[in-house]
Amino acid sequence: MDAIYSLLDLLPVAFLGSDFMKNAFLAIMLVTPLFGLLSTMVVSNRMAFFSDSLGHGAFTGIAIGVLLGSVSPLLSLVVFSVLFSLFITWIKNKSTASTDTIIGVFSSTAIALGLMIMSHGGSFNKFSSYLIGDILSISPDDLGALAVVFVLVVVAWCLIFNRLLILSINPSFARSRGIHSLLVESLFAALLAIVVSISIQWVGILIINALLVLPAAAARNVTDNVKQYHVVSILVAMFSGFTGLVIAYYCNMAAGATIVVIAAALFFITLFLKPFFAR
Amino acid sequence: MFKTILHHHASSCTDCKKLCCTKIEKFGVKIGRLTIFEDVNIHIHCGQLTALIGPNGAGKSTLLKAILGEIPHTGTLHYVDAKGKHTGHPLIGYVPQYLRFDVSAPTSVMDIFMACLTNRPVWLCSAKSLRPRVLKSLARVKAEHLIDRRLGALSGGELQRVLLALALDPLPDLLLLDEPVSGVDQNGLELFYEIVADLREKEDMAIILISHDLNMVARHADQVVLMNKGVVMSGTPEEVFADARTKKIFGMLAGETAAEAAAERGRA
Repeated sequence: MDAIYSLLDLLPVAFLGSDFMKNAFLAIMLVTPLFGLLSTMVVSNRMAFFSDSLGHGAFTGIAIGVLLGSVSPLLSLVVFSVLFSLFITWIKNKSTASTDTIIGVFSSTAIALGLMIMSHGGSFNKFSSYLIGDILSISPDDLGALAVVFVLVVVAWCLIFNRLLILSINPSFARSRGIHSLLVESLFAALLAIVVSISIQWVGILIINALLVLPAAAARNVTDNVKQYHVVSILVAMFSGFTGLVIAYYCNMAAGATIVVIAAALFFITLFLKPFFAR
Repeated sequence: MFKTILHHHASSCTDCKKLCCTKIEKFGVKIGRLTIFEDVNIHIHCGQLTALIGPNGAGKSTLLKAILGEIPHTGTLHYVDAKGKHTGHPLIGYVPQYLRFDVSAPTSVMDIFMACLTNRPVWLCSAKSLRPRVLKSLARVKAEHLIDRRLGALSGGELQRVLLALALDPLPDLLLLDEPVSGVDQNGLELFYEIVADLREKEDMAIILISHDLNMVARHADQVVLMNKGVVMSGTPEEVFADARTKKIFGMLAGETAAEAAAERGRA
């Protein structure tokens, strides 16, 4: 860790002076590319509502973690979110009800259950930091977990992306190419759940979904093939992450919210640029 | 010449001994308590175009999905190759009727080919080595010029041809075509049927086509299967379009012109 810190000291930027800012910077550089990657398929597969429900599911995850006490809240959150996402995906495939309805049911149940447990004994205030997120809460241990997740997501994305792309075209067509749709969808849902749950403590439940939608939404305005789409989406995510952190530091604001506002600004810029790129 | 004679006689679908053949036996699909269709038996020979016709809700698209194994069904699917050796499940190519994809998605024709043909991630790896193969596939459906276009920017007919090219690489034993009801103009439709007829002759492939265009069916199909919650009847286009049951389902007028087209083809 010290070696990385001293490397960062070589950078000619003043705001990285303290260790907690170095941690925040490293976390953002590790997590934003993942948001860029995953958001491409969240948007292309119209899963914005689904990823939103993962954020809501986190309410219950955190609450259960606190209730159990013995395990760390992060671990319980990751495990709960993954199970939650797999369960929604499974029910969605089994049931004939519309996807929106099913996600809506699960999402609101998870919020209600989480609020119920959290408000037990009138102690809701101690959870309010999860709503907005706190970038300075990142510890070196969290960074280690982030690095593992980074490698995991990139490797998984190499393995499942092609199948996801075919599946986004037509499920029957995917079936004719020997693709097991439930398996691929479940893997994708689990990846989303992992990335959402490890980022939620510093981005905040209220806006986490924006990071899974905005980078790709901006990128698709100005690109017309998969490679450009990924490159631009990752760049948008990383740029908003970095500038958001700097602005939040100097103006003393919530970093997660600042990052989202910058990503939204980039979306509107690309929206206006769209006519110049459209083919 | 010999081949065409053989094919036209094989359409009565009584024996599967000499030609390669896909047998659909006792297929049935139930969703909940609703029976979509039951007891469907169809034999499809290689080098034959089998057309599925029937009213909306007759279970045609569902039958294709059952053949693909996408939805649970009763009954079995046997594939036997030309040597009579049992080869189990055939390699299936499928052209869907409609796509649920987002038309603004930045996915090019090349991207989707690469995703189908390799395990190398499309977002990371170079596609240069695959390009000649994809161009060759697209040439088969007269669509080479579309390789770098976005899928969402293609017209209905262009998209259908691109999907056909995808279904043909690798070359399948059984090709399933679900004809789009809308979005393809008359020229596009003619071109599509031309390509399909060409394939049937050159590649000796078994083709199942769902169609709503009875005249096209009468002109191109070797075997016609009339479905309505099960097989109502099957036979050559002449037989099926001359039958009273076809006329009853499709109305006098549509059945009449198709019957004429079929009879005309029979005389020629």
